[in-house]
Amino acid sequence: MIKLIEFVGKVSRFGFRVIVDFFRPPFEAAQIARQVAEVGSKSLPLVIASGFALGTVMTFHTRTTLVRFGAGSMIPTVHALAFFVEIGPLVTGLLLAGRVGSGIGAVLANMRATEQIDGIESLSIDSFKFLVVPRVVACVVALPLLTLFMDFSGLLGGFLAEFAASRISFHLYISRAFEELAWSNFYPPTLKTAVFGLIIGTVSSFFGFTTDKGAQGVGEASTNSVVVSSLLIILADVVLIKCIFFIFPENAL
Amino acid sequence: MIAENEAAVTFDRVSKSFGPKQVLRDVSFEVSAGQTLCILGRSGTGKSVTLKLLISLMKPDHGNIWVDKHEITRLKEADLSKVRRKMGFLFQDAALFDSLTLYENLALPLHRLTDKTQEEIDSIVDRVLGQVGLGNDQRKMPSELSGGMRKRAGLARALVLEPKILLADEPSSGLDRITAAEIDELLIEQKTEHQTTLIVVTHDVHGARRVGDRFAVFDKGDLVANGTAAEVEQSENETARRLISEY
Repeated sequence: MIKLIEFVGKVSRFGFRVIVDFFRPPFEAAQIARQVAEVGSKSLPLVIASGFALGTVMTFHTRTTLVRFGAGSMIPTVHALAFFVEIGPLVTGLLLAGRVGSGIGAVLANMRATEQIDGIESLSIDSFKFLVVPRVVACVVALPLLTLFMDFSGLLGGFLAEFAASRISFHLYISRAFEELAWSNFYPPTLKTAVFGLIIGTVSSFFGFTTDKGAQGVGEASTNSVVVSSLLIILADVVLIKCIFFIFPENAL
Repeated sequence: MIAENEAAVTFDRVSKSFGPKQVLRDVSFEVSAGQTLCILGRSGTGKSVTLKLLISLMKPDHGNIWVDKHEITRLKEADLSKVRRKMGFLFQDAALFDSLTLYENLALPLHRLTDKTQEEIDSIVDRVLGQVGLGNDQRKMPSELSGGMRKRAGLARALVLEPKILLADEPSSGLDRITAAEIDELLIEQKTEHQTTLIVVTHDVHGARRVGDRFAVFDKGDLVANGTAAEVEQSENETARRLISEY
């Protein structure tokens, strides 16, 4: 228990330092842009493919039940609500925890093991600001954007599955999908993924940057980054949903 | 600017432990400007730790470390950064940034720590890489370089900010005799042409005797001998005598 509290304290202090250093010059614009491209563009195929597959499978599953109860016309609406409100943000967060989190943890731990971080410090460059801050900021920026790709590719997958079954037109599918969708169903869940990004970036960087176990630390940092980030994302999701319901009470109905 | 014969580096009763293991015990020595000190000793006797303490990658448990008249153990990060800029560090495995090309590895500190224009940076990188014989390898990634080339690239990065003090951790480890001799030549050239103060940690006594003016021998965390080669050969400590004559 004491170790858990100690760990939470260390990660929180690490995250706080990221926020403080982000607002302190020199601003690492080039490094941030590089990391956003790294996190965003390299994760895009995975996110789109996963969203598309999930959308298709979800339509297969929900269709039978909804048609049985005479609610076949609700399929696009249910689909869009499920994707925009929960599936898109959460699945994107978990996918990125796996792909990006393990990468950040392993890269930083390897840099520590091969003295590259010491090399940066020896050149009078603040290694935390140069290596950690851009990675965390990149995760915070990229997650909401990737979530949008997940949402819309899921919608496309759902449409194709529904089209195969009922020959519904794209125009009708889209108009039904967005019929019940309010702005409050769209932007709070999408923006909450910025918090997921903060979790992934901070936790993974923490494990990678602070390891002192050489080559063994690389594997440990990678695994711990994925496990702890995923767990914290799920826990944060619960808290954030309650916050969204508090701010937008109509969403809770 | 450090005047000749003035102490460039002073270690004053420095101790350092990792958990229960004491790696340095009350170590004191001085290196004059322009001089080369070679630190010898068996593995795990605190030689590399000494270099990392010097550039403040680690803090000592006790004692004071002076670099160019600045006591660095209590300096704030901003002031420490200014002192570090007077030093270059050649790491044992070169520690090049593996996501950057050789050119980018050298240009990075110039971009971040100086006001030089792109043309000036290009010309400095060109010159320094040419100096170590890697003028045609600017676009290569560190993974494309051989062991000797990596070492030379590490040396080039350590020299790119024209340091007054160069710290080298095992510059010839893992290299054949010819490549090791080439690295030694580059260190000697740096010393004679630029009057750089060198502190070299090495196991290669042959190379050390070519490069060094003075020799410090560490054994089990203690500095057991410190002086010229002739003085260390006459030392009362057997380890020191054996190490300095082992070539």
